[in-house]
Amino acid sequence: MTPEEIQNQIIQEFEKFNDDLEKYNYLIKLGKELKPIDQKYKTDDYLIRGCQVDTWYHSEYINEKMIFYIDSVSLITKGFISLLLRICQNQKPEDIKNTDFYFIDKIGLRGQFSPLKDNSLFKLVNKIKSDVNYYSENKK
Amino acid sequence: MNSFFDIKKIRDDFPILSRKIYDKPLVYFDNGATTQKPKIVIDTINELYSEYNSNVHRGVHYLSDKMTEKYEIAREKIKNFLNAESNSEIIFTKGTTDSINAVAFSFGEKYIKEGDEIIISEMEHHSNIVPWQMLCQRKKSILKIIPFNDKGELELEEYKKLITPKTKIVSIVHTSNSLGTVNPVKEIIDIAHKNNIPVLIDGTQAIQHRKIDVKDLDCDFYCFSGHKIYGPNGIGILYGKEKWLQELPPYQGGGDMIDRVTFEKTIYAELPFKFEAGTPNYIGAIGLSIAIDYLNNIGMENIYNYEKQLLEYGLEKILKIDGLKLYGLAKDRACIFSFLLNNIPAYDTGMLLDKMGIAIRTGHHCTHPIWDHYKIEGSARASLSFYNTFEEIDYFCETLKQIKKMFE
Repeated sequence: MTPEEIQNQIIQEFEKFNDDLEKYNYLIKLGKELKPIDQKYKTDDYLIRGCQVDTWYHSEYINEKMIFYIDSVSLITKGFISLLLRICQNQKPEDIKNTDFYFIDKIGLRGQFSPLKDNSLFKLVNKIKSDVNYYSENKK
Repeated sequence: MNSFFDIKKIRDDFPILSRKIYDKPLVYFDNGATTQKPKIVIDTINELYSEYNSNVHRGVHYLSDKMTEKYEIAREKIKNFLNAESNSEIIFTKGTTDSINAVAFSFGEKYIKEGDEIIISEMEHHSNIVPWQMLCQRKKSILKIIPFNDKGELELEEYKKLITPKTKIVSIVHTSNSLGTVNPVKEIIDIAHKNNIPVLIDGTQAIQHRKIDVKDLDCDFYCFSGHKIYGPNGIGILYGKEKWLQELPPYQGGGDMIDRVTFEKTIYAELPFKFEAGTPNYIGAIGLSIAIDYLNNIGMENIYNYEKQLLEYGLEKILKIDGLKLYGLAKDRACIFSFLLNNIPAYDTGMLLDKMGIAIRTGHHCTHPIWDHYKIEGSARASLSFYNTFEEIDYFCETLKQIKKMFE
């Protein structure tokens, strides 16, 4: 599936929820299901430091595809990470380079990705974009 | 509750309390961060800007006279509220942080030299740590720390042991913003004074909850912020005994704090103006005095008694929630509940409470050393005020149980 198709799928999934609490319940479920990353990536070198939520991030470019290792102390943040990974994991950088993560607005949770909300999701999205840009420019 | 305390009427005085958040009635439990403003304060600020705005002091015109008069009446009201000796002891600042920085700088310049010691505690807000650390770096002096026990009570025996002939000042929080502990400041001051050491009290989280009498406490400095006591932002108070304020050099230079300036030298103004460089926040100061009028009308004792009931009710309810760990179980405490729910990250708890219309704070609350003591990153903190209700505590506890289930 293309990143766009996956985003549309996520938007559809969220349409069945009646309120924010149901959405968060789903995110927590996704967060619980997300496989933890290798401990070697859970160090300060890979830390995206938020004021409140620490998130660890690492990316690699293997066989022309992007591989991400992302984890967080917050289950809700992990839920969001799970959605981002569904879109970006194992994709070619050029396929996600120009992806506008419009699903964030469509599922009504833009506030969680605000630069003013210091929970590291904003920084995380920027990291993904900057790595994808780098690999699409330099590793062809 | 006695007839002086009409909770419905009180809530009606605060316009924001009737608004809805995500279609749910706002439950504002983040009073430790800032308090809401009664309509009389909001209206006064509006009126001052609309009808009276003019810079204070030395103006020759009607508006400047009027504003100066109101500004100085505000000082008088705050003097009375604290039971200070004179208006000269009341300095308007930007807030507690500004007040502590002022003392740390001015006192440090005058009295601290290499090897001298300053005592603070393990439960200080960063604003009562960093200014002293900066001073210690400047002067090569030493910061000594009174520890607290796991209940969140200061170890007074350890405090006594920390005092040496080199101790020059003690600076202690009255009520911990993270644990709710009300420290025995009178005893702490008494111990210091027996050793001829002055004491600064950070009253940020105490002033709005109980009657403060600086003469009775006999503290040398007392600091608080206007916005935490139902007043405007950007205004604060530094109370200092006149003998200290006379001796200390000003920490900022500029207009309004001078008597005469030549290129050779400057003669400073009398107290309290010596410490108020630049155009003061006169509207903030007057707004603060109106907030204090409002509290005086209700009565600080009534506020204290009502909040005590909220605390007891809240404690009983919250401690019954299975898996909830409360941080701060001191005997004397304010209505602040710092907790972790079943090891759910505090941020997640706070975010879900928010979706239910409940405003709390999560994180370290600017007290890293407190959480280092407990070996955790921080907590979820509900901090209540006299406009909160027993029903809100019920809703809060039920919501916490619901959140707990979501993570099981």
